[in-house]
Amino acid sequence: MGKPAIIVDNVSILFNMNKEKVDNLKEYFIKLITKKLHYNEFWALKDVSFTVEKGERVGVLGFNGAGKSTLLKTIAGVLKPTKGSVKSYGVIAPMLELGAGFDMNYSGRENIFLYGATMGYSRKFIQSKYDEIVEFSELGDFIDSPVKNYSSGMRARLGFAIATAVEPEILILDEVLSVGDAKFRMKSEAKIRSMFDKGITVLFVSHNTNQVLNICNKAIILDHGQIIAQGDAAEVCKKYNEMVNAKK
Amino acid sequence: MKYLKNFHKYRYLLYEIVRKNIKLQYRNSVLGVFWTFLQPLMTTIVLVIVFGGIFGADRNYTTCYPIYLLCGRLVYEFFTQATKRAMRSINLSASVIKKVYVPKYIYPLSNIIANFITFVISLLVLVCFIVYFYFFTETQPNITGYAFLAPVPILILLVLAIGVGMILSTLAVFFKDVEYLYEVFCMLVFYATPIFYHVDQLHLSPAVATVLKLNPLYSITEMFRCTVLYGRMFSMNHLLYALGFSVATLLIGFFVFYKKQDKFILHI
Repeated sequence: MGKPAIIVDNVSILFNMNKEKVDNLKEYFIKLITKKLHYNEFWALKDVSFTVEKGERVGVLGFNGAGKSTLLKTIAGVLKPTKGSVKSYGVIAPMLELGAGFDMNYSGRENIFLYGATMGYSRKFIQSKYDEIVEFSELGDFIDSPVKNYSSGMRARLGFAIATAVEPEILILDEVLSVGDAKFRMKSEAKIRSMFDKGITVLFVSHNTNQVLNICNKAIILDHGQIIAQGDAAEVCKKYNEMVNAKK
Repeated sequence: MKYLKNFHKYRYLLYEIVRKNIKLQYRNSVLGVFWTFLQPLMTTIVLVIVFGGIFGADRNYTTCYPIYLLCGRLVYEFFTQATKRAMRSINLSASVIKKVYVPKYIYPLSNIIANFITFVISLLVLVCFIVYFYFFTETQPNITGYAFLAPVPILILLVLAIGVGMILSTLAVFFKDVEYLYEVFCMLVFYATPIFYHVDQLHLSPAVATVLKLNPLYSITEMFRCTVLYGRMFSMNHLLYALGFSVATLLIGFFVFYKKQDKFILHI
């Protein structure tokens, strides 16, 4: 037993889905008075519990709408669980969507510092990683152009370069390895694998069992907000493939 | 304690966003940061031309009308710009808030601080006005040692703006029409605050005058004018009222924001 990196304890998440989206005061008051504020209750996660130990790489499998992204957002601290608790030990680098923290009018160089600060790093620390980030992102002279002129691949490369350069202890990957061209995909997989040696903990969401087998040593299957299988990556992936085939 | 530690960790983010807002505000404009001076200078000239004959002629009320007007305008402009920016800040940073954990109050707060810094820079216009009217005209502003108390109303104004900004940013997440309502409200504030007139000049009924004086911006502008224009101590009533109102607003703002911040993600 190693040290725990993430403890997810009986987490449930309830979404109140309005039947119609009420986002202005007039409608809100009319519906409040006429008692037409209906909510559809929807449990995105139901009593999910698991522990990830330091250095483990866990793949999260599941069909669309199974609650994978909700789970990762909860672990990243973006969503607060309705019930239960999430504890994490160490710096988390969430790569839920590469380049989400970028300001489009800012240049690549300025965005490196902004993105670093969004993850809680100082200007000085980012400065020491700056050359490494620019080199890995392969942006060259484009680093001084505004990010709005970048292609989506360039944005993803820069985002990936920053998130991995800061040497986080926990890396959350939400299908990020499916962006970019084949060359960059290989490069980023190699980068992530090189971080394994430093004992990084990885949570990885994918539909692709081959990628999960490549990266992870453990896996979880989520279905309708519940864990239906967890354990060794090879076994769980086999089970997931059976589920996919059964659905066909 | 937990919150202070968290704030300490994310102080770089606060700094980076403040820096970004100031840098981007004047990027791609030829005159750049000079607009911070030019904008209040030009609008004040327009207002002096429009209202100078009506409200500025009577020396009993306004000793040096251009400075009188500029003081009010600077206060009003900072307050409305800062609160408007804060109001939109959460919705505009939706892409970040949805993906990464950050303390959300950083966004309204950093927008207000960025506006505050440009406001402080724009105070140089006021200094230029004072120097000009002091040395080259007969309608001199009365400059005394009380000018050193000018930061007091300015800091109270900052507290008020943060409080109102927090409340507005929370409301704007849930109700988009708050943004339009607030535009109208700001216009009302422009006329309800003695910016280009003096309250006593209007010969209002006592009830209406009292209502006007309940506006905390009234106390703040009066205090500000006392220090840099009239050259005397501001009234303690104004100080206590403005300070009390602003601190209460700040507390309410943080409370409302804190209570609702976990729900933001479901609405943005």
